[in-house]
Amino acid sequence: MTRRASDTPMVAALPDVGGAEISQRPQTQHLLLRDKRAIAGLTVLVLIIVSTLFASFISPYDPLSQDYDILLPPSPTHILGTDDLGRDLFTRILFGARVSLFVGVVTVTISMVVGVAMGILAGYYGGWIDILFMRYIDLQWAFPNFIIAVYLVAVFGTGLANVIVAISLAFLDDFARITRGMVLSIREEEYVLAARSIGASDTVIMLRHILPNAIAPIIVQATLSVSFAILAEAGLSFLGLGVKSSTPTWGLIISDARSFFTRAWWLGIYPGLAIMITVLSINFLGDALRDVLDVRAE
Amino acid sequence: MRYFVARVIQALIVVWAVGTLVFFMLRAVPGDPIQALLADVDPTAADVIRAKLGLDQPVWVQYILWMRNTLAGDLGQSLYGSHQEVSQQIAEAIPRTVSLALVAFLISFTLGLTAGIVSAVKRDSIFDYGFNLAAFLGISMPSFWIGIVLIIVFAVNLRWFPSIGYKPMSAGLDQWLRYLILPGLAVGLPFSASIARLTRSAMLEVLGQDYITVARAKGLNEKRVIFRHALRNALIPVVTVMGISLALLFSGSVVVENVFAIKGLGRVLIQSILNRDYPVVQGSILLVAVLLVFMNLAVDMLYRLIDPRISYD
Repeated sequence: MTRRASDTPMVAALPDVGGAEISQRPQTQHLLLRDKRAIAGLTVLVLIIVSTLFASFISPYDPLSQDYDILLPPSPTHILGTDDLGRDLFTRILFGARVSLFVGVVTVTISMVVGVAMGILAGYYGGWIDILFMRYIDLQWAFPNFIIAVYLVAVFGTGLANVIVAISLAFLDDFARITRGMVLSIREEEYVLAARSIGASDTVIMLRHILPNAIAPIIVQATLSVSFAILAEAGLSFLGLGVKSSTPTWGLIISDARSFFTRAWWLGIYPGLAIMITVLSINFLGDALRDVLDVRAE
Repeated sequence: MRYFVARVIQALIVVWAVGTLVFFMLRAVPGDPIQALLADVDPTAADVIRAKLGLDQPVWVQYILWMRNTLAGDLGQSLYGSHQEVSQQIAEAIPRTVSLALVAFLISFTLGLTAGIVSAVKRDSIFDYGFNLAAFLGISMPSFWIGIVLIIVFAVNLRWFPSIGYKPMSAGLDQWLRYLILPGLAVGLPFSASIARLTRSAMLEVLGQDYITVARAKGLNEKRVIFRHALRNALIPVVTVMGISLALLFSGSVVVENVFAIKGLGRVLIQSILNRDYPVVQGSILLVAVLLVFMNLAVDMLYRLIDPRISYD
């Protein structure tokens, strides 16, 4: 769940020493690699990423080329069967991973950068910036992320760029809230005061002193958001509000399969399994990260 | 009371802000619905329709007109087909969406609470691990896909339930439920996973408290300890997510209605977006906003009744 009832700052139990970032990092990696969930999640994710990058080498078929072999059940030649236009389902799923992962990572990067910036500025400066940003965030907070994405696509229209903008904006509030909460508690720390007293500029304080100490919950949120973003993209595509092109996306493949349920169950089942496996491994990783970075569970 | 009034005003402002934002954004975006509608038909016809719909007026005049009509309950007409009143279309859709959300709510809380309690009480048992894995799977599956799997298994192959459609409650409670079980599961299952995880951690926290040890030391039987002492306290955080849960169930039903061809608010909204039927888009976005905002408000008020320790003044 992405939602929290109040905006109480999530105080991560990171030590507040300036050198903490340096000494923390190797430790975090160690812990992460000892976590079974993290290893499982990472392994599967790397496999998915590698196979989608080398999709054209792995599969002998083209995701778009049509054939007379329509609606073939899974067999050694077409391991996941073919669709109503004779296209190889496995190949389409493999290429579909590109869109899903791309949208997932790009949207979360955008909403993280913008949301964190809003959160830091609002938390650090307070005053009218805080009021302005937070009123907007409150407005978004009243709605589930997916509904916001649908609203935005309704206004902007479909297509890859619009879908990316819509999903990024929809997830903005999560990052802004978390960051602001962290900044509010860190702002009062002595090392911030110390930095200020030696004449560090606001920018330096925000980027070098506050951000590194607020990063743990942001990383966890970002990881989990990638899985939500992938689900959101699949949902939009499924509804016909997604990426409009010949590109196969997982949501679109499932949507197209709807007319063939009675004859070709594989068309509905396998693309969804692909979504599930991807999202599951990201969730495993995110959950492990949350424990390792000691971010309070929601 | 003062808090209540403030919250209602706040809710109204949110609804107004959403309506206004959507109104101006729809008009700021390039592309003219009338142009799209008439494509290359005679341009004067387009002008006539524009004048009829008031789209030839300056934007601020349109806005004032829109506000006035909306407050009077007039959301305009659909651009297509029989030009059905938007308010009528939405009024027909609401009971369907509410029915689906209700069934999904019951399913997710029954499953989630049971799984969460069992996991916590039998910690580290095979049940605990099983439910934990199931919960992970649950939050990793898109609801529309769960719907499709359910249709393939229970409607197409086993023929236990109808695959698509909706029957109103007036057709009999059993018919109503028969049509809503599969979509209700599709919306409710992912959510029951979240509820289970939350219940488990809340129960574990409570079971570690001193008063539980005291209750056990008094020689109370375990059932009594768990249900009367632990569960009641563990339920507080679970109840707290109920408001959010309604909103999330609703957003799940937007997609799932489209899988099961239930003409609820979600389907009306999505269809109108696909058809570029702007009055319907605007009306259904506004209604969805009203529903969500006032649902949150109602839940907020409920907390006050349930837990008198919460004070807002």
